[in-house]
Amino acid sequence: MNTTTAAITPASPRLLVTSSPHVFSGLTAARVMWDVNLALVPALAMAFYNFGSRAALVILASVLGAVIAEFLIQKFLMNKPVCIYDGSAVVTGILLAFCVPAALPVWIAFIGGFIAIALGKQVYGGLGQNIFNPAHVARALLLGSWPVYMTTWLKPGTGADAITCATPLGFIKIAGTDADVMKKLAESGTSLVNHTLSTLQISFSDLFWGINFGGSLGETSKAALLLGGIYLLIRGHITWHGPLAMCTTVFGGALIFGGSLEYAMFHLLTGGLIIGAVFMITDMVTSPMTGKGQLIFGFGCGALTLLIRMKGGYPEGVCYSILIMNSLVPLIDKYTAPRKFGTIAKKEATA
Amino acid sequence: MLLYRVFEIQSHSFSGEAIVMLEPKSFAGGLHPPEMKLTADRAIQNLPLPDRVVLHVSQHIGAPAKPTHKITDKVSCGEVIAEAGGYVSAPIHATVSGSVIAVGNFMHPFGVPSPAIVIERDKSAEEPVYTHENGLDLSAEEIKRRIQASGMVGLGGATFPTHVKLSPPDTKPIDTVILNGVECEPALTADHRLMLEESDKVINGLQLLMKALNAKQGIIGIEMNKPDAIKIFEDKFKNSPNMSVQPLTVKYPQGGEKQLIYACLGRETPSGGLPMDIGVVVQNVASAAAIADAVNLRRPLLERIVTLSGNCAVNPGNYRVRIGTTVADFIQMTGGLKQDVPLKKVIMGGPMMGFALFDLNIPIIKGTSGLLCWDSEEAAQPRETACLRCGNCIRACPMGLMPQKMKQLIDHRKWDKVDEIGMLDCIECGCCAYACPSSLPLVQSFKLGKKNVMAERKKATASKG
Repeated sequence: MNTTTAAITPASPRLLVTSSPHVFSGLTAARVMWDVNLALVPALAMAFYNFGSRAALVILASVLGAVIAEFLIQKFLMNKPVCIYDGSAVVTGILLAFCVPAALPVWIAFIGGFIAIALGKQVYGGLGQNIFNPAHVARALLLGSWPVYMTTWLKPGTGADAITCATPLGFIKIAGTDADVMKKLAESGTSLVNHTLSTLQISFSDLFWGINFGGSLGETSKAALLLGGIYLLIRGHITWHGPLAMCTTVFGGALIFGGSLEYAMFHLLTGGLIIGAVFMITDMVTSPMTGKGQLIFGFGCGALTLLIRMKGGYPEGVCYSILIMNSLVPLIDKYTAPRKFGTIAKKEATA
Repeated sequence: MLLYRVFEIQSHSFSGEAIVMLEPKSFAGGLHPPEMKLTADRAIQNLPLPDRVVLHVSQHIGAPAKPTHKITDKVSCGEVIAEAGGYVSAPIHATVSGSVIAVGNFMHPFGVPSPAIVIERDKSAEEPVYTHENGLDLSAEEIKRRIQASGMVGLGGATFPTHVKLSPPDTKPIDTVILNGVECEPALTADHRLMLEESDKVINGLQLLMKALNAKQGIIGIEMNKPDAIKIFEDKFKNSPNMSVQPLTVKYPQGGEKQLIYACLGRETPSGGLPMDIGVVVQNVASAAAIADAVNLRRPLLERIVTLSGNCAVNPGNYRVRIGTTVADFIQMTGGLKQDVPLKKVIMGGPMMGFALFDLNIPIIKGTSGLLCWDSEEAAQPRETACLRCGNCIRACPMGLMPQKMKQLIDHRKWDKVDEIGMLDCIECGCCAYACPSSLPLVQSFKLGKKNVMAERKKATASKG
């Protein structure tokens, strides 16, 4: 057929041609990441309140390490556009700083941030490609490299004096494995949890608000972390599945195997459980994509955390449990794929 | 549910009269993009006849029609100028009287050159006159024959030849005809206006469809954002127990065929199957109205209602226009484009599933429901970034698919694997791409994926046979 152009009027203005859809939600990766940063602000404030300028220095060093690693690798190694403004390296830096003691030397915090991005994220190909939570990769490496620095906890509010103290989880681990202590407790009828709290001079409400006891920079105030979590839930960046599964697993497991409500409450409110449940296992990149998958993931993280806390050599197990479960994410995703519309009807039709 | 009903009574007592509505129904997945329905209160206007029409032989799904006329032939309005190219095909009619001035390849809205017949209007010719018969007195066979002869295709945009839908095998009896009055695409209001202004014709079309299929019930599905349309049909169906209106949750893609059936009846169209497999035929409300004309008047499909919207259009509105009118002529007849707002993007159809045009000399076809003339702000395109595995696409998918995984497989050209996880179940609704924070070109990728999966399947059957 010959092409006829006689019926065609002069050319139209230059038009933009794209595939459908032509409208978008306006949500961007950068917006998600900066929202996560915003959600971390309450815990950040509590870190400053508890540990003062030490907190500022450690967080700054860690964030700087992360951002510099991101910049150098994207610019010189990968020859990719530099995306440090999308806020993802900042999130990683802050989260890592939240998982380390306030007394950590600044240079170690910097190395941690650098490692988190370099070995936790960019080595896999950058944003969205990593298997393991970058902040936890770095924390695990730091703990292995500088175990003393990584377990020297500052007592909050002691400022320049830098008085060290035990974390509630650290204390209960040592006390629980000390036969003499256990014997005395059994004689006096005091529970291990009560012994821990009274020795450290804290209450459950202190544990919730995050004051008066030692711990990692940003993990102590459960109230501040939950506030951030609620913000992320409202913004639709996280779902309830993972956090709820992890917390109920730890709580329920502690109740069953520990035998008392206060023991369960103690495990719920100590260590990195809440920061892990709210900010670590909800990391989009390293968690399953469906609600069902996240329930399984959260359950696994909770169960492993409790296992390590109660039976393992470490007082705390959030970091390792999440890293272990990260490695199972592709498998979980594979077996929790949503049901395709119309697939049950087909079975019935052929049956 | 009682609370909900009370709320409904309050929120929809707009006309000073309380209406108790049925509980709206819906489907899983989907989302709610901004409605952008700025032309809902603009009555349908009839545009003058264009001086020239470009009639593509492919205005439907299936085989292209075969042209029956050559250059200089005189044709009169309503005359067949291209015969159906097979069973799954539809004839093309001259939409104005005049002479054929070209038969050849012209740009099709889908972006490829395609055979078309160009007719220049004879301004002295008179419009054909049609005599009215009561179609409901006709036999089912005659109704179907007239629908087939009129060149009817689904006017919602899918353009599947209607007579094929109306001819299920005896093993698949149809019990329900659903009219799609959802119009879930943002910006479009043509169906809404039609339901308000020509509800009797829509109902007549529904009755004809029910008669042709021997179906015992007819349902019109309408989203809750059109309470005025719902009310009209509720009132008119008061004494018709076999016809009803079903209010539906305002959620995209509520008007997707499978989603609509599921919402109305709770039946799932099997994967790879057709609505007729579960005893349902769905037609758009605009198709129903055109079917009434095709049967009662023996009037072929000559015109349709098109919503014109967007910042660049001088007179956004709902216009009845002859099929084959070029977009440039159409815009000119409605009052043209704003001089001071540069045109950036023109979309034929809705914002979620429409096609972006690269030229205005492309004709309006049978499936053109809207035309959006967007400025650069409306056409702003977000930049693609890396996938975060956030799962928004999975939650948004109304078909229960995993768009993120499908895109990954397509990027790696794993056609067999992407076929396995449901490539051909994708309805290209665009929910995934809309929801994606990384702005991945998901739908574009799936169009490519579907094409290749179908080619692979064909290859596989060819090598087997």
